[in-house]
Amino acid sequence: MNSLKTEIQLRHIAIIGNPNAGKTTLFNALTGMRQKVGNYPGVTVEKKEGRIIFEDGSEAVLLDLPGTYSLTANSPDEKIATDILLGRVDHTPLPELVVCVVDASNLERNLYLISQIIDNRLPAVVALNMFDVAERDGLKIDIQKLSAELGVKVIPTVGSKSLGIEELKAAIAGHVEPSSRSRQWILPAPVQEECDELKGLLQQMHRLSEPIAFHEAIVLLTSPSALSEHNDRFAPGLIEHVKRDHQKLDLLGIDRHSVVVESRYEWIKRVCSAATVSHRRRGMSASDKIDQILTHRVWGFVIFIGLMTIMFQSIFSWANVPMELLGDSFNWVGAQVYAMMPAGDLRDLIVNGAIGGVGAVVTFLPQIIFLFLFIGFLEDTGYMARAAFIMDRMMSKVGLHGKSFIPLLSSFACAIPGIMATRTIESRKDRLVTMLVAPLVSRSARLPVYALMIAAFIPRKTVLGIFSLPGLTLVAMYLLGLTAALSMAWVFKKTLLKSEAPAFIMELPPYKMPSFKSVLLHMWERSILFLKRAGTIILGVSIVLWFLATYPKLERASPSEQLNQSFAGRAGHLIEPIIKPLGFDWKIGIGLIGSILQREVFVSTMGTIYNIKDAKHERGNVSLREHLQQDVDPVSGVPTFTALTAICLMVYYVLAMQCMSTVAVVRRETNGWKWPLFQISYMTALAYSVTFIVYQIGLVLAEG
Amino acid sequence: MILSKVTLNTLIPGERCVIERIESGTISVRQRLLEMGLTKGTNVELIRFAPMGDPIEISVRGYRLSLRRVEAESVIVSKNSHQ
Repeated sequence: MNSLKTEIQLRHIAIIGNPNAGKTTLFNALTGMRQKVGNYPGVTVEKKEGRIIFEDGSEAVLLDLPGTYSLTANSPDEKIATDILLGRVDHTPLPELVVCVVDASNLERNLYLISQIIDNRLPAVVALNMFDVAERDGLKIDIQKLSAELGVKVIPTVGSKSLGIEELKAAIAGHVEPSSRSRQWILPAPVQEECDELKGLLQQMHRLSEPIAFHEAIVLLTSPSALSEHNDRFAPGLIEHVKRDHQKLDLLGIDRHSVVVESRYEWIKRVCSAATVSHRRRGMSASDKIDQILTHRVWGFVIFIGLMTIMFQSIFSWANVPMELLGDSFNWVGAQVYAMMPAGDLRDLIVNGAIGGVGAVVTFLPQIIFLFLFIGFLEDTGYMARAAFIMDRMMSKVGLHGKSFIPLLSSFACAIPGIMATRTIESRKDRLVTMLVAPLVSRSARLPVYALMIAAFIPRKTVLGIFSLPGLTLVAMYLLGLTAALSMAWVFKKTLLKSEAPAFIMELPPYKMPSFKSVLLHMWERSILFLKRAGTIILGVSIVLWFLATYPKLERASPSEQLNQSFAGRAGHLIEPIIKPLGFDWKIGIGLIGSILQREVFVSTMGTIYNIKDAKHERGNVSLREHLQQDVDPVSGVPTFTALTAICLMVYYVLAMQCMSTVAVVRRETNGWKWPLFQISYMTALAYSVTFIVYQIGLVLAEG
Repeated sequence: MILSKVTLNTLIPGERCVIERIESGTISVRQRLLEMGLTKGTNVELIRFAPMGDPIEISVRGYRLSLRRVEAESVIVSKNSHQ
């Protein structure tokens, strides 16, 4: 209770800025490790808060607003930022002060957002960040003049070197006023008249304060979608008035949509020429020289593929070492607990349910750590934007953004880090599509199933002299996953998540040295979030699955009979009629149910059914293979497993959502159950229909 | 030397031009291009094409922006041509 009380009494400060302006680095420098991450109610935008501790020991809450270029609310991120600065978000108080982070080396465009914030009459302090880069580029900024022009305090900072942080803190700690200057950008006279009139009406009819009324008046007059979006928020008379204004301005030949942006930039030009002197050297900058190689027709690709190979290698094979170590330690802990506790249900629950479940979560951690280290460096150096620049052409063919490439590639190793990597995609719809199809390309967890099936049923033949049939089967399965992912992405972009035009308007920031602190902090934050959010769900599911596979208890039954008679076993029998057209019997049914948590569980479930110990290890695996090959239907005498069944099973596993951890992560990333449930449904339907077709065609071919 | 009006995507790397207006394109694309600083009278230089020919990279207001050819097609610019 105590912490809640102080939370309310504390001052609320927001920090805002363009993407790539170094906002996160400044946020980290101001708050240290005192951060927490949550979500805004009802949207997928992340809410990050931290605590600033001032010199006198007092504290304030610092809210990290999403990086945004403007307050026009084009994307969910911008909408949240806008709504917070207008005090429209539940459970988030209107900030008492806004810290505006401005990239000094990119002043003109960065000041656009600042002009909007100043208009809102919020007390503001400008952190003129990357001051060193601007100076190096030959741009001299007169801080005092800039401060006078903007009417707010301007503090030069270099976030990456922690310069100016104390001065910034001191400026925030003191009393801060809204800009001392009245609005200076000038609209063309006819627009100004209508705007003033509308502002008056809004103040009168809706009791809005002057700055908010001004903001709304501008939006209503000039934003093309304002009338349709905000229809219900205003009185009908007012809407009529706005419509008449639109007609009037259109008749005068004024481009309503561009007039405000143009007027603001006019003012910015004046501010910049008053406060800066540019001695920019002509010719290529260091960043340009790097780009000549990194986005080169040939070398650009070579380097890109090289980097991607290293990233892929790191999550696919390097991460395996710590993953196996973690898995082994959990097995060891399980064995210790098993030895210490008296036999009984409680022991089973703890060892198989709880420790097994926690183990399943924690073993993913190395992959997530590796991937986010990598992504952190790519983002922080500025290469990520180039990767999207290089890959966009290819991704746009299926309607996706260049930024979808890295998440999809990471998904090849494991869908979980892949889905977490979709954070770099700004467009909500593109991000969702990427998340929805990511599990289709993932394969590492399916590998044990593939390995078992291929070794048991695919003949070791050589095709075309050099290719082995088992190898080709494996490649075919990857290709099937990739094709399915790209086609589904295309389908989703055409139907469900159709967005206007797939815009690709992306800044290419100059290259810079990465900040190790930021990268590590980012990695840490992602890992903790994964453990907390996904962990609880996975733990819950694994306990439920353990229960289903263990109860009701039989007296003196072999593990095989026990599983057969358990709830899971009965469910396996129950779904047999449904999966029969796919060529699966009840044993595979149990395997499918058991592997809802993780695909690789299929192998050990099959092992239990056939009464084999250690199916995971080499000797056990060989004997499981033999059992599968020899198993026949007791009635008809037909083999249960054939090469066709094996292929069908693999196809099913390629396409089905057989991974609760992925579901948990999608639920965490989309902030709700709607999308993960949709994902399970569409993937199951897809898996079922494709497997059905493959099996039926296979049967016909076998007969013919 | 005459002033000719073309669309931004027809420039070659190294060529400079001045923004006239943003014509077609969806409302949100248009809005975003304007806010990113592509307003009337702004100087723009085409820097390069991506390795696969699309998107393009331009220099505007002292920073680098990439956009697809379809988006660049909606930007009308004027350039000095020497014919």
